[in-house]
Amino acid sequence: MEERVPMHAILGNEMLSVSSEPDLIAVRNKARLHARAAGFGLTDETKLVTAVSELARNMISHGGGGQALIEDLEQNGRQGIRVTFTDRGPGIANIGQAMQDGYSSINGLGLGLPGARRLVHDFEIKSSAKEGTHIVIVRWNRC
Amino acid sequence: MSTQRIPILKMGEFLLVTIQVEMDDQLAMFLQEDLTNKVKDTGARGVLMDISSLDIIDSFLGRMLCTIASMTRILDAETVVVGMQPAVAITLVELGLTLPGVLTALNVEKGMAILEERLRHGGEGANACDTGQRNAVGIQ
Repeated sequence: MEERVPMHAILGNEMLSVSSEPDLIAVRNKARLHARAAGFGLTDETKLVTAVSELARNMISHGGGGQALIEDLEQNGRQGIRVTFTDRGPGIANIGQAMQDGYSSINGLGLGLPGARRLVHDFEIKSSAKEGTHIVIVRWNRC
Repeated sequence: MSTQRIPILKMGEFLLVTIQVEMDDQLAMFLQEDLTNKVKDTGARGVLMDISSLDIIDSFLGRMLCTIASMTRILDAETVVVGMQPAVAITLVELGLTLPGVLTALNVEKGMAILEERLRHGGEGANACDTGQRNAVGIQ
C-alpha cells in the first residue's frame, strides 16, 4: 500500500555511520556538499543541513546511533537531496506526540522532529520497538 | 578535541566571545562555565557573542545561546548575539526557534552600542528564555 512509484532518478549516494558528535559534524558537512553539488542556494542548503543536524542528533541521543544515507535525486530536471536515517534504537512510542512542537523526552526544546519536518519538502517517519526508527527527508532545489 | 576551549576576550567592561568552531555538547558546557566564571571574575556588564562564522544553528545550539544569555543575565551581564547570517536566521525561525530573551545585533559594532546604551541607562533586561513560545512558520 505504501509502495511508491520511483518518479525520480538516483544520481549518487553516500552512506555514513552516525554515532557520535564528530559523526554528526561529518554528516552535516557531507549533506552540505551534496546540496551544493545539486545547485542549492545558501538558504536551501542551510535548511537541509539544519534538518539533517536535528535528525542525526536525535539518532545519537535517542536511537543509540545509526546510519544516514544521502542520495542525490533528479526529477523532471529538478535536483534534490534525500537523506534516510535508520537506527535500531527503542523506537518512538508515540509518533503523533513526538511530532508536536514542544514535546521533548529529554531536556530539549522539543523542536527536533517537527522543526526538521518544516525545513524539508517530504518527511516520512516509521518507528517501532522492534525495528527502530526510520526517517526519510527530501529537499528539492527551487528553480 | 575535548580540551579545546573557546577564547573569551575582555574589552573594557564587556567580554567578547567569537564562536568559530563547530560546537558540541562538551564545548558548549565549557563555554557556559568559562563565561560565567569570567563574568564573575571581571565584573563584566555585558557579553558580545559573535556567531558570524556559524553556518548553521540547530535547536541544540539555539538552546545553548538562550541558556548562556539567561546565565549571564542572572550575573548582571547582558548577552548580545551578533552577526547571524541571513540564511541561519530564516532557518531558525522556520525551525521554530526565535531565541526569545536573547538580544541580537547585526554586527559587533552595533552590539557594542546596545551594551553601552544599556550600561549608561540601565535598560530593562529582556524577557527570560521562554521555551514555551514558538513562532514557527510553514515551509516556503
